Amino acid sequence: MKPLTGLLLGASLAALSAALPIAHGAEDGARAPHASSYRPMASAPTMIINVNIYDGRGGLIENGSVLMKDGDIAAIGANLEAEEGTVVIDGQGKWVTPGIIDVHSHYGVYASPGMNAHSDGNEVTGPNTAEVWAEHGVWPQDPGFARAQASGVTTLQILPGSANLIGGRGVTLKNVPARTVQAMKFPGAKQGVKFACGENPKRVYGQKGESPFTRMGNVAGYRAAWAKAVEYKRSWDDYNEKVAAGEDADPPTRDLQMDTLMGVLNGEILIQHHCYRADDMANIIEVSKEFGFKITAFHHAVESYKIADILAENDICSAMWADWWGFKMEAYDGIRENAALVHNAGACAVIHSDSGTGIQRLNQEAAKTLADGNKAGLDISKAEAWGWISYNAARTLGVEDQTGSLEVGKDADVVLWSGDPFSVYTRAEKVFIDGALVYDMNDQATHAVSDFRLGLTGEGDDR
Amino acid sequence: MSNLAKYLMPFLFAASALSLAHAENVAIVGGDVYTAHDGVVYEAGVVIISDDKIAAVGGADTPVPDGYRVIDATGKWVTPGMMNAYTLIGLSEVSLEPSTLNHSISETFYSAGFDVSYGLNPDTPIIPITRIEGVTRAVVVPGFGVPFDQNPNKSVFAGQAAVIHLGGGYDLVVKSQAAVVSYPANAKVGGTRTAVLDYLKGALSEAAQPKGKKKKGDSNNGRRFAKAPEDKAILARVVTGEVPLYINENKASNILQLLALRDEFPGIRLIILGAAEGWIVADELAAANVPVVIAPTNNLPGRGFDSLGATLYNAGRLEAAGVTVAIVNGGFSPAHNARLLNQDAGNAVAHGMSWNGAFEAITINPAKIFGIDEDFGSLEAGKDADVVVWDGDPLEVMSSPDHVFIMGKEVPLVSRQTRLRDRYMDLDDNEMPFAYKK
Repeated sequence: MKPLTGLLLGASLAALSAALPIAHGAEDGARAPHASSYRPMASAPTMIINVNIYDGRGGLIENGSVLMKDGDIAAIGANLEAEEGTVVIDGQGKWVTPGIIDVHSHYGVYASPGMNAHSDGNEVTGPNTAEVWAEHGVWPQDPGFARAQASGVTTLQILPGSANLIGGRGVTLKNVPARTVQAMKFPGAKQGVKFACGENPKRVYGQKGESPFTRMGNVAGYRAAWAKAVEYKRSWDDYNEKVAAGEDADPPTRDLQMDTLMGVLNGEILIQHHCYRADDMANIIEVSKEFGFKITAFHHAVESYKIADILAENDICSAMWADWWGFKMEAYDGIRENAALVHNAGACAVIHSDSGTGIQRLNQEAAKTLADGNKAGLDISKAEAWGWISYNAARTLGVEDQTGSLEVGKDADVVLWSGDPFSVYTRAEKVFIDGALVYDMNDQATHAVSDFRLGLTGEGDDR
Repeated sequence: MSNLAKYLMPFLFAASALSLAHAENVAIVGGDVYTAHDGVVYEAGVVIISDDKIAAVGGADTPVPDGYRVIDATGKWVTPGMMNAYTLIGLSEVSLEPSTLNHSISETFYSAGFDVSYGLNPDTPIIPITRIEGVTRAVVVPGFGVPFDQNPNKSVFAGQAAVIHLGGGYDLVVKSQAAVVSYPANAKVGGTRTAVLDYLKGALSEAAQPKGKKKKGDSNNGRRFAKAPEDKAILARVVTGEVPLYINENKASNILQLLALRDEFPGIRLIILGAAEGWIVADELAAANVPVVIAPTNNLPGRGFDSLGATLYNAGRLEAAGVTVAIVNGGFSPAHNARLLNQDAGNAVAHGMSWNGAFEAITINPAKIFGIDEDFGSLEAGKDADVVVWDGDPLEVMSSPDHVFIMGKEVPLVSRQTRLRDRYMDLDDNEMPFAYKK
C-alpha cells in the first residue's frame, strides 16, 4: 500500500481515508485506523531436516531441510547446515508444507457455539450492504480458530454471509489467538468483498416480496451498484486530481457503500463472489467487463468444471469444495473432480471450507479431489495439488508474495505433518506462524484455549 | 411423489436401470480380505459369491469352483459394503427444495407412527452416487438432516427409520420399522428439554399400559402423547425392546438421564445418536450395553451448550471403554454426504480409535445395532454378498472402489456425477454443444 500512499500525499485526511480505508500503517509508524496490529509470537531460529517438502508451488523436495529465522523462510533445500543456536527438528518420515490457507471461513462471525447471539455474519437488512465489514463481527474467542490451528491452518479469510448481493468486506487473518481482531489481521492484506449470485439473495429478499426476486433482479442489483460506483470514483478522481494540481476543491460526500466498490475499481479490494452455476459466473464476467473491475475468485463454484477454459482466460480463481453437492438446486451438478478439472484446464483451483469443521481437513479435501481426478485419467501430482490450499489460496487473498509457498524471504507459515498430509491418518504435528511455534500436537502447553473454553467442559482437548 | 421427482422420472429410471445386473457366480481372489468378523484378515484371500450370497471366505487355498468369473484383486482390499446409520437417502433430493423432501411429518402429536419407508424414492441419483463409493446399506431416518441437535421436529418422536440396500430397483427396504427416532434437543413441544423428556416418558408409560387400564389421575392422563393408533402401536413395541429407540443426545448428563429410563422401562433398547460428550460417560454406556452412533468430526461446541465437550478423541475413548460405536458423517445433508463416512472413520483412527474399531463402526456395528447382522456387515459364508474391492485402504481419503457388489450383483461404477464429469472432461471437444455428448 505504500506506493499508493505516496501518490496521494497532499490529499486531505478525509480523502486519504476515503481512498484508503484500509491503510496499513502511516509513514511515521503510527498505526492507521483499522490497520493490523499483529505482532508475530516469539520464535527461535528453527530448522527441520530430513523431511519431505511440498513447497506449495508444485515442487517436491525429498529429504530436504527448511530453515525459519526471524519469522521468515531463510533457506530451503536438500542439504542445509544448521548454525549453532538453531533448534533442529528431525523430520524423518514426515512432511513439511506451507500452512493451509482457507479463503472462505465464517469463524468469528458465526462463532461456536452457534447461539442466536453469535449470528454476526449476514446483515440481512438490504441486498447491498457493501458498507459492513466482517472484521467488526469477528469474535476472536471463537473456539474454532484453535481447532483450525491444530489442523495446520495458518491464514484464513473471514467473509460475511451470502444473503445479500453485496454482503460486505471480508478480512484476512493470521490464525493466532488474540484479544482483538486487529491483532489477527494479516499485515498488508487487502480486504475482500463478498458478492453473492443465484439462489440466496433472491430467496431472502424475494420471500419478502422485495428485490431481488429473480436472477434478473440479482444482476440488475449489481449493475445499479456498479453504475453508481463508477460515478462515485469519478468524483473522487476529479477531486484528487484537483488537489494534486494545487487547486481548491471540496471533497465529495463519503458513502461507505461506495467506498467499498470504489476500492474494488481501484484494485484495493478483491472480489470474492459466491457463485455456483456456470451460467451465473458467465453473467458476472460480463458485468465485470461492462464496469471495468476484476473478479478475483468465484466461491462455491461447483460448476467451474463446465467453464474452466473461460475462467482460465479471465484469470479468475475458483474456490471449491471437494465433494459437497445437492443441498440446493444450484449445487445439483457438483462433481468430485471439479477442482482437479479446473486445475487441469490451466485455471486457478482453490479448495475452501465454508465450514467450521471442514476447515480442519482441507488437506484431506484436496486429497479426495486429487485421487478422483487422477483416477478419471488426469495426471496431477500431490505437490501441485498442495497449491490448491496454499499458493492458489494466497493468490485469491492477494498475499501470495508473503505466504502460501516455501520460498526464501516469505513468511515462515509452515506445518510439519506427522506423515504424508494426503493421508487421513496424518496430523499437523507442529504449526509455525511467522516462524513461531503456535501448536505442537505433543505439547499441551502450546495448545491455545480461548476465553470461552476456560472452565467449561472440553477445555482440555485440542482437537 | 413430488412433482420434481415425477418430472425427472424418465431420466432417473434410465440411471437406475444401469444397476439391474444379474447376480452371478464370482470369485474375488488375491486381495487382502478384511472380513469385519472378529478382526479376521486373509492376506491374498478369496471371497466366493454364489448368486446373491457369500459362499465362502478364506485364505489363498480356498477352492474356486469351476465356471466362476474370477476377479483378480491382487494388491487390493476386499471388504464388506459399508453401512451408513444416519441418512436421508431417498427422502431428500435437494435439501432446500421442499417439493423434493419426504422426510418428516408436520403433525404435532402424530409422530412415532410416521414410517419413512412409504416415502422413499428408489430412483434417486443419490443411490448410485453413494454406492460407487462403497456404501451398500443405509439407515434412512425421519428428520431434517441438519446437524442432529437442530432437527426442528414438532414432536417428541420424529417417526420410524428404515434400513435400505443401495442395489437399485424398486424394492429397497431391507427392514422397515428399524427404530423410532427422537430428537429431544430441538423438539417444538413443551418449551424445554426437561419437558420433552417428561413427555417422552409419558408417551412410553401410556404405550406400556394394557388397553383400558388407564385410570383418572395417571400422570400421563389427558396429555395425549400418542394420539394416533400407529403411534401407540409402535411405542408399545419400543417399550418391549422389539424396536429400538434411536435418540439424539450429546450432553453427558442427558445421556445418563436416558440410561435411567431403563429403570422405568427395563425392556427398552436405546441407540444414542450424536453422543458428542459420550466419552465423559463412556463407562456408563458400556455397562448399560447401549450403542452409540457418532459423528467423530463434529468437534465444535454446539448450540444449547449441549456439546461443549465435543472432540475428535470421542470415538477412541468410547471404544476403549467398550462401547459399541457406529460412525456417520455429521455434516449437513446426510443424503448427499452419506458417502463420506469412511473419511470420518479414518479421522477417528487419527485420534485414537483402532483401525479395526473404525472399520467395524461402518460395517458390522451398524448392522448389529439395527438388527441386520445375520445377513450383512461382515464377509462370512451365508451372508448377503455385499462386497467391495478397493484400490487401497478403505478408510483412506485417496482410496476408492474398483468393484461393488450388492446382494451378488456387481453395480457399474457410473452415476449422474461421473456422466457430468465425462461430458466436461475435455472442454476442447466442443465442435457440437456438450448436450450431444452422452
